[in-house]
Amino acid sequence: MASLKSIKKRIVSVKNTRQITKAMKMVSAAKLRRAQENVVAARPYAQKMGEVLQSLASNLEGDQHPLLEKRDAKKLLLIVVTSDRGLCGGFNTNLCKAGERYIKEKQAEFEQISVLTVGRKGHEFLKNRHTVYKNFPNILAKPNYQAAALLAQDVIEGYLAEEYDQVVMLFNSFRTVMSQDITFQQLLPIVPEEKATVDEAGVEYIYEPSVGDLLADILPKNIEVQIFKAMLESVAGEHGARMTAMDSASKNASEMIGKLTLQYNRARQAAITTELMEIISGAESIKG
Amino acid sequence: MAEKMKLEIVTPYNKVLDELVDEVTATGKLGEFGVLPGHAPFLTSLNIGELYYKKDGVAVCMALNWGYFEIQEDRIIVLVETAERSDEIDLERAKAALGRAEAKLKELSPEDKNFKIYEAALERALVRMQVAGKAARK
Repeated sequence: MASLKSIKKRIVSVKNTRQITKAMKMVSAAKLRRAQENVVAARPYAQKMGEVLQSLASNLEGDQHPLLEKRDAKKLLLIVVTSDRGLCGGFNTNLCKAGERYIKEKQAEFEQISVLTVGRKGHEFLKNRHTVYKNFPNILAKPNYQAAALLAQDVIEGYLAEEYDQVVMLFNSFRTVMSQDITFQQLLPIVPEEKATVDEAGVEYIYEPSVGDLLADILPKNIEVQIFKAMLESVAGEHGARMTAMDSASKNASEMIGKLTLQYNRARQAAITTELMEIISGAESIKG
Repeated sequence: MAEKMKLEIVTPYNKVLDELVDEVTATGKLGEFGVLPGHAPFLTSLNIGELYYKKDGVAVCMALNWGYFEIQEDRIIVLVETAERSDEIDLERAKAALGRAEAKLKELSPEDKNFKIYEAALERALVRMQVAGKAARK
């Protein structure tokens, strides 16, 4: 049996760990709330953007814009949104593995698949396995629209220069605090959503400037909004995942402390018993 | 005036405004335009510029940054990247931004990729100062 001292040492060390995981859980909980608020706040914008796009698209014939045009898809760009920091359970690993699987599946279809990573963890995972086209670390700590817009412009430029023919974004979307959904979303070319069955097409809009010009403006914006939304969701998911992971880590630590304390008490008891035995037997021999 | 329009201003960070108003004036890509209740369905893109609305006779002025303006059945949706009411604008910051943008523009050639970015920054700062100036005069 381990010595009393070594058990005591382990108890102290596990207690320290528990302190840290508990603190991290608290921090994540606070950050999660803010991230959740951001997601909710961004929702109306994305929704309205969708509505405007819809009403434009319903007046649209054919492929009027290069971003809508379907090309022979040969080169694929996969955008992987992960977190910058670890210690959040399977949040990053699951996503990266899903990305890996996706790439394997698609390898037959495409001549070339490149990866764009947002967040440090995804970059670390994927950089040795695939060609990383570009990396955007450190924009997730405080997700802002400008960063998303820059990223989107980069992606669109590359697309227009035909560096790739299809863009798919992979991210953890926020479902509940406990669970995130791994989501694949096609960004480019833009697939117009199913036209609303409600007959709104009857409304004749006045467009200023022309539909084409408006579309040329709004399509890139739409990409920006989609990326922004994905970033927010991913951040909220990250904090949720970290909170859950840290919670179970704290629980495990408590359990371990319990076990170790039991061991410690037993060892102490055993030591006392042997000591007593020695004294008693010593006393007996003197008497004898 | 009995009739009113519902004005919603939405940015990626929040919903700035959701009110019933009498009259709206905004800066479109092709120039300034005004909208009254009963306007035909209308969709346009907005430039960096000002937007006024009148509510119960009180005019409010806002600085907008790039967006869309849609009206349909007396419901106005304005999608913008930023929207600030005149009393929310930080004049000092706008002035600093103006100085920065001007300095940068002098260095860069018009063909530079960043030229447009700073041009837009300059415009934004100007509009902010304009709007803030109007609030101060009141």
